[in-house]
Amino acid sequence: MARHLLTRSLLTRVASLLVSLALAAVVVFVVLRLLPGDAAGASLGVGTTSDQLEGLRAELGTDQPVPVQLGQWVAGLVQGDLGTSFVSRQPVADLVAARLPVTLPLSLAAFVLAVLVSVPLGVAAAVWRRGPLGVVVSALSQLGVAVPVFWVGVLLVLVLALQLGWLPPGGFPRQGWGDPAAAVRALVLPVVTVAIAMSAVMVRYVRSATLDVLDQDYVRTARSLGYGRWAALRRHGLRNGAAPVVAILGIELATSLLGAVVIENVFALPGLGTLLLDSVEARDLPVVQALVLGLTAVVLVVNVGVDLAQRALDPRLRLTGGAR
Amino acid sequence: MTTGVEDLAVREPAVTGTPHARARRWPPSLVAGAVLVGLVAVVGLVALVWTPYPLDVTGSGPRLAPPGGDFPAGTDRLGRDLLTQLMAGAASALLVAAASVVVAGTLGLVLGVLAAATTRWADTVLVNTVDVLIAFPTLLLAMLLVTVRGASTATAIAAIGISGAAVIARVTRITVARVLREDYVTAATASGTGWWGTITRHVLPNVAPTLLVQLMLLAGGAVLAESALSYLGLGTPPPAASWGRMLREAQSTMVVAPWSAILPGLAIVVLVLGLNLLGDGIRERTDPNLRGDR
Repeated sequence: MARHLLTRSLLTRVASLLVSLALAAVVVFVVLRLLPGDAAGASLGVGTTSDQLEGLRAELGTDQPVPVQLGQWVAGLVQGDLGTSFVSRQPVADLVAARLPVTLPLSLAAFVLAVLVSVPLGVAAAVWRRGPLGVVVSALSQLGVAVPVFWVGVLLVLVLALQLGWLPPGGFPRQGWGDPAAAVRALVLPVVTVAIAMSAVMVRYVRSATLDVLDQDYVRTARSLGYGRWAALRRHGLRNGAAPVVAILGIELATSLLGAVVIENVFALPGLGTLLLDSVEARDLPVVQALVLGLTAVVLVVNVGVDLAQRALDPRLRLTGGAR
Repeated sequence: MTTGVEDLAVREPAVTGTPHARARRWPPSLVAGAVLVGLVAVVGLVALVWTPYPLDVTGSGPRLAPPGGDFPAGTDRLGRDLLTQLMAGAASALLVAAASVVVAGTLGLVLGVLAAATTRWADTVLVNTVDVLIAFPTLLLAMLLVTVRGASTATAIAAIGISGAAVIARVTRITVARVLREDYVTAATASGTGWWGTITRHVLPNVAPTLLVQLMLLAGGAVLAESALSYLGLGTPPPAASWGRMLREAQSTMVVAPWSAILPGLAIVVLVLGLNLLGDGIRERTDPNLRGDR
């Protein structure tokens, strides 16, 4: 029965994911077509003849009605064609592929580092909630969530790169990962920056989830039987506390990607974030719409993954049809 | 922090004179939050009528002067007074926070109530729309709008407000649905109170505290989001002041003028920390079930 329910919820979630993705694609496309004038005019700038404009419109396909353009874009997406940049005339897929070797390691390393820091710290802060460790961790995370992530980056550059000269203040080696040592050095500060910002948020959730478990009757019973706080938590708490923590980890995985988008601009890294910002400034619609939809798709897919993982971890969620 | 005595005092409203009950009335986070936000608000209001130097005039003083003397916070690379910019930045940060909260609060409240208290059809449509909107990170929505409308404070407020409305609508929907199941609502309906009367007299007063807490957290998020957009050059354009843009401009000169990269960041932290604490404080003050140590 449980297996049947799990399969059904999997199918429902995948179906609703597809609907959400389609909705997101339509929203992104339509919002960008509210542009006054059109993309052809925007990319050529002032002082162009109407012949040039017509030619470019035909070339870019912006002379077609919006629903036709939308249809062509979606048809291309389904076949793996992300479109072609108005500015560089390169396929968007190539542009993205060139930037992923920076953004992917940056956001994944930041995520892993943040998990390694915040999970043990959050659990410890809950177990010793009235001790000095608990109080200090709570205060630091309260402060941490109020700090803008890019300012953390600016301060780290100021102290560790400019004053002490330990690490480069920004940029990425020209050869990319062909020079692994330089590439790693270039990513250390950005990774630490994103991880600090994420840890401040995650510690709060981990602490709160652990406190919830510690308050449960079964933990009290275990303690009354002579288990210590840690032993009771290890035997009964971890799996119960895992479901809400997994939910947060999922949300934070998406956040780490967005954090990377902002932080790449602090450190002048040639990743997806700088590509997105440059494209927004140049009004390069095919690149903007592909990147925004792609990042949103990652968020949506991670959400579904989190939901399914939670159901696998906590059988109670399967019977009530989810926590929603 | 939480003791049994304190819990008892909460559950018996008659006992208001004890120290514990008084501590509960004005939780430390509420007081601290009010002080921090009040400080920024006073500075912002003063900036509306008086600043040490005119905001948009370059060369009020020497370039990159360190803090002290005529320029308590120093000057930037164009010789503009940084204290003037910090003060004007307080006013614009508060404007963004307030306007985003108004947009998100109004839109979210209306949608949330409609979803919870009308037809099942409206509920399904709204829940799915809100789910997609929540998946759209504020930053990406802002970038979409900036591509179309260009960078401005209004574009930033629209993006932050719409993203916030999705969160507020979700919270409102859940809270309203819970209140609608309460016995006193059934009693009101049975005694002939109409839909509008039930909503305004029974539902709204009961969802107000939850909503207020969410709006405070949203205000803090709005300040952070606007500063990030301005830092990226997608927010408030010059000559208007913005803490985020001050940090953007400071980055190229921070080797010789580190204070210019520190002070605007501190200002953002003070305001956001204040708004977050205010939200926590209101929650502690209004939710008797909440234990002090959460």
